[in-house]
Amino acid sequence: MTVLGFCELRVTYGDHVAVESYNDILHSGEWVCVIGPNGAGKSSVLRAAAGLIDYTGSVAVDQKEIPATSARWRAQHIAFVPQSPLIPHDMTVEEYVLLGRNPYIPYFGVESASDREIVVDVLHSLDLEGFERRKLATLSGGEIQRLVIARALAQQAPVLLLDEPTSALDIGHQQHALELVDRLRRERGLTVVSAMHDLTLAGMYADRLILMHQVVAWRKEARPKC
Amino acid sequence: MTSARGGSRLWLWVVSSAVILLVSCVLGLMIGPAGPQWWRIPLELLDRIPFVNIDSGIAARDWTIVWQIRAPRVVLAAIVGATLSLSGASFQGVFRNPLVDPYLLGVAAGAGLGATLVFALGGSRPTDWLIDPLPLVSFGGGMAAVFFTYMVGTSFGKTRSNISLVLAGVAVTSLATAIQTFVLQRNNDVVRQVYAWILGRLSSATWGDVRLVLPYVVVSTVVLLMHRRLLDVLRVGDDEALALGTNIRRVRLIVVLAATLGTASVVAVSGLIGFVGIIVPHAVRLIVGASYRKVLPLSVLLGGAFLVLVDIPSRVLSDPAEIPIGVVTAFFGAPFFLLLLRTRETSS
Repeated sequence: MTVLGFCELRVTYGDHVAVESYNDILHSGEWVCVIGPNGAGKSSVLRAAAGLIDYTGSVAVDQKEIPATSARWRAQHIAFVPQSPLIPHDMTVEEYVLLGRNPYIPYFGVESASDREIVVDVLHSLDLEGFERRKLATLSGGEIQRLVIARALAQQAPVLLLDEPTSALDIGHQQHALELVDRLRRERGLTVVSAMHDLTLAGMYADRLILMHQVVAWRKEARPKC
Repeated sequence: MTSARGGSRLWLWVVSSAVILLVSCVLGLMIGPAGPQWWRIPLELLDRIPFVNIDSGIAARDWTIVWQIRAPRVVLAAIVGATLSLSGASFQGVFRNPLVDPYLLGVAAGAGLGATLVFALGGSRPTDWLIDPLPLVSFGGGMAAVFFTYMVGTSFGKTRSNISLVLAGVAVTSLATAIQTFVLQRNNDVVRQVYAWILGRLSSATWGDVRLVLPYVVVSTVVLLMHRRLLDVLRVGDDEALALGTNIRRVRLIVVLAATLGTASVVAVSGLIGFVGIIVPHAVRLIVGASYRKVLPLSVLLGGAFLVLVDIPSRVLSDPAEIPIGVVTAFFGAPFFLLLLRTRETSS
């Protein structure tokens, strides 16, 4: 089943073209890794899919065009892990992961008991049990990384976008974090798109690799039609 | 389990802050030039509670001083302090900048221009009018200035709306101040009145003032308090808040409008009382942390208490004259804040 589709995606910042005619079709449970040097347009592809930037062409989730959807609908269907998340240091782990439940809470509402249960589950699956009351300032880089992934998983969205998810980690933690995503992908049928630097890691986990070079995407297989 | 503990701790803070506010109000009623002996006043207040009977020995004439002169002033101080603190905290939340005050988008300059026009055009006797135009025109001026700021600031496209909104506020403030200065130059005779207005005043408070601002303040307070969870979502930045499903522009618009409504209405009856909107939310943050779920309700209660308390020296220190409340808030608030900052820095 097609979950995420890109068709002739073009992203520009003023006169600068960041992505040119990017096409791809992702099915449920698939992991695609976008690789390439800095400034090749990897992040722009992800940010377009997350509805964070303007673009031309088409990006659709569940056959719905991104600009036609509300922020709330998008957050229920796409979870985005940014490259350098903003960490409010005096928030607790529980409060931070609860932010992932935001798309399900009414505008003036507050978290329900089931939202809190989901947070407990997510913390359990990421080995963050017992961290609930810890302030973010007291966590290590690796723990923060897992925490941001935990927040994304709390969104219970079928699509997970990871923008350089492990660039701040050492090799051991990098592998640990990616293995975790891989396990969750198998367990929950997540569709994953990740932007990455490291070719070895990308090759280890992704079903397909897309190389961004000078704003154009290159791949081994035939370019999908849209 | 853990969250229930956090919730009950918030209630503990809310209840203790409410007690502080109540005690401040009673103190505010007890202290002042003229009127009955101070210790009789709590007795009289208890006497007025249904089924409680205590003879306080206060004469009816003395009670009139307390009820018609001191009480509206205390209540108005509580309302003004609460509203400025809450609006300040909310502005700091939507702009994610702790240095922002409720006057950021031009509400003070707009209200100041409105007040100046009333003094200049109405002459020295605006009391001849059927309705006192001063609060209405300054309220209108404040709202108009922010409306103008918002229209200009959001017309530059969505990517930079946060910064352009603040810059538009700076521009509108300068423009309104320039017009105000021009009008003042042409009408030298009202400089003193305008200056007194700018320094803030609670001295002429009546129950009428309280009734005038109450509807606006209630609406503004309820709307802002209901945004406390969303302001916490905004703490992770615009991009992430958007990716988490928050309609940032709508949240920002509603919060700015509600905070402006509250600020403009209290400015209209009390003039410009600086400092409260920045210092009270900060003091609250130093005590309970930065979560807006705690900062907003506690800013309401402690902001009210703070202004009631600092209003006491402003009316007794240089009796029979008055020290402008804006001077007293800074004079007592600044050292207190520095002390708090220092203790917290040392303990952490």
